[in-house]
Amino acid sequence: MELYLDLFSQPCRAVFLLAKVLEIPFEFKYVNLATGQHLGDEFGKISMMRKVPVMKDGEFVLTESTAILEYMVQKHRAPDHWFPSELLLRARINEYLSWQHTNLRAHGSKIFLLKMLFPLMMGCEVPKEKMDAAMEDLNMSLIQLENYFLQNKPFIIGDKISVADIVAMAEIMQPVGTGVDVFTGRPTLSAWRDRVTAQVGVELFKEANEVIMKAKDLSQNIDKTALEMMKPKFQKMFS
Amino acid sequence: MSLELFLDMLSQPCRSVFLFAKKNNLPVEVKLISLMNGEQHTEEFGKVNPLRKVPALKDGDFCMGESIPMMEYMAEKFNTPDHWFPKDLQKRARVNEYLSWQHLGIRMHGSKMFWMKLMAPVVFKLEVPEDKMAGAMEDLNSSLDLLEKTFIQDGGFIGGEQISIADLVAIVEVMQPFASGVDVFEGRAKLSAWKERVVQAVGKELFVEAHKTILSAKDSVKQLDSGKIEYFRPRVLKLIS
Repeated sequence: MELYLDLFSQPCRAVFLLAKVLEIPFEFKYVNLATGQHLGDEFGKISMMRKVPVMKDGEFVLTESTAILEYMVQKHRAPDHWFPSELLLRARINEYLSWQHTNLRAHGSKIFLLKMLFPLMMGCEVPKEKMDAAMEDLNMSLIQLENYFLQNKPFIIGDKISVADIVAMAEIMQPVGTGVDVFTGRPTLSAWRDRVTAQVGVELFKEANEVIMKAKDLSQNIDKTALEMMKPKFQKMFS
Repeated sequence: MSLELFLDMLSQPCRSVFLFAKKNNLPVEVKLISLMNGEQHTEEFGKVNPLRKVPALKDGDFCMGESIPMMEYMAEKFNTPDHWFPKDLQKRARVNEYLSWQHLGIRMHGSKMFWMKLMAPVVFKLEVPEDKMAGAMEDLNSSLDLLEKTFIQDGGFIGGEQISIADLVAIVEVMQPFASGVDVFEGRAKLSAWKERVVQAVGKELFVEAHKTILSAKDSVKQLDSGKIEYFRPRVLKLIS
């Protein structure tokens, strides 16, 4: 199995972590987003969607991290708690994985993009109201994660860790990597983070998040040509 | 007590859930919730879905939101035909791939049209800047191109030869901008042919029933009093500014 990844990307981190935790043998194929590698011809042959992560299992090519995660669990017959088969628990994990696209993922990503890419793409600092509005959206998502999805359970679907926790943690680390402290003043979230880290393994958690925790280096490493290529898309997004 | 579905037929995910439940003759009770009348803010609805979104499902004491998980729940519980959400590893992955992509890949862009073409100008009397509209149309067109060229299998459906929940989820999203006045099918023979296959697979009568509310939205929104739906204004402003 080949996994095409850039650990700057949240969905890539989730896929990487689960594959490692489940001890699924894979070949790590690095796709450097900062140099625009995903826009090149070679990557285009792997996936026309030009996004990461991509999984290539023999001839079968699959995009979209949540699809890849479910595939890995199903194929490798992972312990049930990762993606429970019981009707109600399955509904709950699916509910989280569906909700998160346009909530925690969208809002966490926005913070990352505003902090890391806005100044590069727009040539000025992020206007205060824009940043404040984005932070408000992120806060709302974190409140919903805590109060609706976690409540007083150790993990999102109950006593055991699942794919939902891996996905949620990967998304939260994105704004965290830019210096936003989402954990102070949030004991429930902090305790959950500690449990997830312990389950996954401190070393592996650190390895998966090494790149994002150095997010501030991004602006130095971004390739100028790639920057120009990506400008129209981002300028539209930011305006 | 049967399973209750809380739906507003103006909402795309509500329509996919409705189509799935009715096509499979599932023992469900549909309860209509009017978003425009603020019914998602009642205490009663809050008990069903604290996130105050539709669609929502109540099966005895079990409540949930999110249309795709709801359909998967019903598929599993009522043992619907396999093609709706195949158990085969690779077939399931293909369906999941579309269902994941579509949240940001097409849903977002199609939804915008309803707000930018109908709600903003007609209800809130707000003018949408030309560049915003052009940008939104560009995004929608890119999405429709990807749907046509990458996801819809030649002569078939998204997951393959048979219809699945991926097609239901896709069709309702495509119908949203269509009902808002954007002719998404013009110049798109493959998309149009796929639409006809979906309509046929689901049944024309059921498809029409599911879409009658959204297809009359162009007229019905004229009756809306923006004073009663002021809580939508910030969202509209955010979209157009």
